[in-house]
Amino acid sequence: MAVLTYRDALTQALREELSRDDRVFLMGEEVAQYNGAYKVSKGLLDEFGPMRIVDTPITELGFAGIGVGSAMVGLRPIIEFMTWNFALLALDQVVNAAAKMLYMSGGQFPMPMVFRGPNGSALQLSAQHSQAWESWLAHIPGLKVITPGTPADAKGLLKSAIRDDNPVVFLEGEMLYNTKGEVPEGEYTIPIGKAEVKRQGSDCSIITHGKMVLVAMQVADTLAKENISVDVVDLRTVRPMDVEAIAQSVQKTNRAVVLEEGWEICGMGAQVVDFIQRECFDDLDAPVIRVHQADAPMPYAKNLERAAKADAPKAIAAVKKVMYLG
Amino acid sequence: MTDVIEREEARKSKKGMANKKNGGAPDSSDELTLRRDLLRSMLLQRRFEERCAEAYALGKIGGFCHLYIGQEAISAGTMSILRPDDYIVTSYRDHGQALARGMTPRAVMAELFGRVDGCSKGKGGSMHLFDKSVGFLGGHGIVGGHIPLAAGVAWAIKYRKGDQVCVCFFGEAAVNIGAFHEALNMASLWNLPAVFVIENNRYGMGTAISRATANEDVQARAAAYRMDGESVDAQDVFAVRDAMGRAVELARKEGRPTLIEMRTFRFMGHSMSDAASGTYRSKEELEESMKRDPILLLHDRMRSEGQLSDGEFAKLDEEQKAIVQDAWDFADASPEPPLENLMTDVLVDTTS
Repeated sequence: MAVLTYRDALTQALREELSRDDRVFLMGEEVAQYNGAYKVSKGLLDEFGPMRIVDTPITELGFAGIGVGSAMVGLRPIIEFMTWNFALLALDQVVNAAAKMLYMSGGQFPMPMVFRGPNGSALQLSAQHSQAWESWLAHIPGLKVITPGTPADAKGLLKSAIRDDNPVVFLEGEMLYNTKGEVPEGEYTIPIGKAEVKRQGSDCSIITHGKMVLVAMQVADTLAKENISVDVVDLRTVRPMDVEAIAQSVQKTNRAVVLEEGWEICGMGAQVVDFIQRECFDDLDAPVIRVHQADAPMPYAKNLERAAKADAPKAIAAVKKVMYLG
Repeated sequence: MTDVIEREEARKSKKGMANKKNGGAPDSSDELTLRRDLLRSMLLQRRFEERCAEAYALGKIGGFCHLYIGQEAISAGTMSILRPDDYIVTSYRDHGQALARGMTPRAVMAELFGRVDGCSKGKGGSMHLFDKSVGFLGGHGIVGGHIPLAAGVAWAIKYRKGDQVCVCFFGEAAVNIGAFHEALNMASLWNLPAVFVIENNRYGMGTAISRATANEDVQARAAAYRMDGESVDAQDVFAVRDAMGRAVELARKEGRPTLIEMRTFRFMGHSMSDAASGTYRSKEELEESMKRDPILLLHDRMRSEGQLSDGEFAKLDEEQKAIVQDAWDFADASPEPPLENLMTDVLVDTTS
């Protein structure tokens, strides 16, 4: 297998799908001439031309709506938000238009489109640029929501998202673009809605997604040295959520920590805990603990930012607590 | 009203009486047929919505229900210009446009009644009428939110090198919302074949345009986007046709969008919850506007030109009432959607 960055894996997925289906086009701010704010679309303008790789004005609501309209008549847009923080301006189109069009038209208008871009915090970007939006978006029936944590998942799931006939929200980790990983050679896709156990363990489950998958792997490595065996369940898709995979893991370990980047209240972890208490009530040897961002806007100062974020030390403490070691 | 009259006079002096071709005496049986079709379309919309009000009072129609009564010349005139393969995207005041575009009164009434035979299987209701077969792409409930969708449809037309046109209807209150500006900017920037139609009925819900919009000359917004703009007396169905004819041709042949202000009146409240007059507009204003009922204007003109006897009008009217009664009976007899439909159409299970 080739070792690729998360960024290059995404670019490969875009290139392959643009080549495969001429109804697919990429639209967003700086995606064409500038090669993408995060260089995910590097080289694609030269290869596919300005009708397929389309620079827009700074007008998120407008171009998201252009995507929805074009999907109504059979195109397959990929709408790139420079970051999901800016996509808030476009949520009317994502939620009120794309997610509901099929339903309110009685099945006449599927929405074969992808909304994608970086999600979550980076480093010292402070409050307005450091937010993880998956729980907002996963709340909405009619959407699928994908949060890949590795280059291989990013490529396989983006290809599946583009081929899906539903509106798919694709949340890329802003801090993941330079991370590297093995990516299968040649054509492959990964099914939407299937979790993957990234590491087998027997003492405690960590259920997570997106950027936090890397944190969970660090935690598992660290705790292995203390003879604590962690099962890392990467949800990969948060809507629909792979409840079966969660249950299998918790039934095996009898203990769970749910690790996410976003805030606590109504966060993704709350949904995971709800599934666990329903599916695994008799299997639990300890209450489930959640690890998440502090309940405050993201601060700028390095020390405060570090204190705000979910990270490996916090997750390690949580695992030890559910194992009554802390 | 003075400003409206002044602007109308300015328009006439600028353009000349451009509507002579369609508005003048008919020179062929085609012209007579056209006029009858326009009258028929407007009458169908009127009679249909009068029964909607009745059905609402009876509890057969629920939720929000926004009637189009008074504005029918816009839909009738516009649809008479469009080709079957063109597209329409509209707001929640959509019954009249749906009927004028050729959606069946049965399917529309059944949708309003919340029945399974409705055009959206009873899942959309009054605000969300859709019919893919006639290019009617909704029925959208967020003011202005659908304007970018129309630009997107026009984008797709250009993408495929087609020569269709997408027409987008919205009220004058929508010109103050960001989506309007974002969509018009891109439509002009990218030369998209769209026609943006402001149905200026002078009230955004209960707020008069003078209380909401700094420049009441709403077609002037076109200039900000290097787009042709026009203002039309939209109670005159021929004036609507003339303006739409120009705009559609410009879009079809040159891929240029147009913004058209259709100056009109709604004779009813904003929805079923407000009175037609007495709160935010006076009885006198309403009565004055009703003198310019688009159906009466066309009827009077055809009668004065000897094209329609009172008997013929009565017959045409009775035919529309019968069609509406049939739609009512059909909707009444149509079953409620089966409960299993609650969870269908949330997602499709296909890939491409």
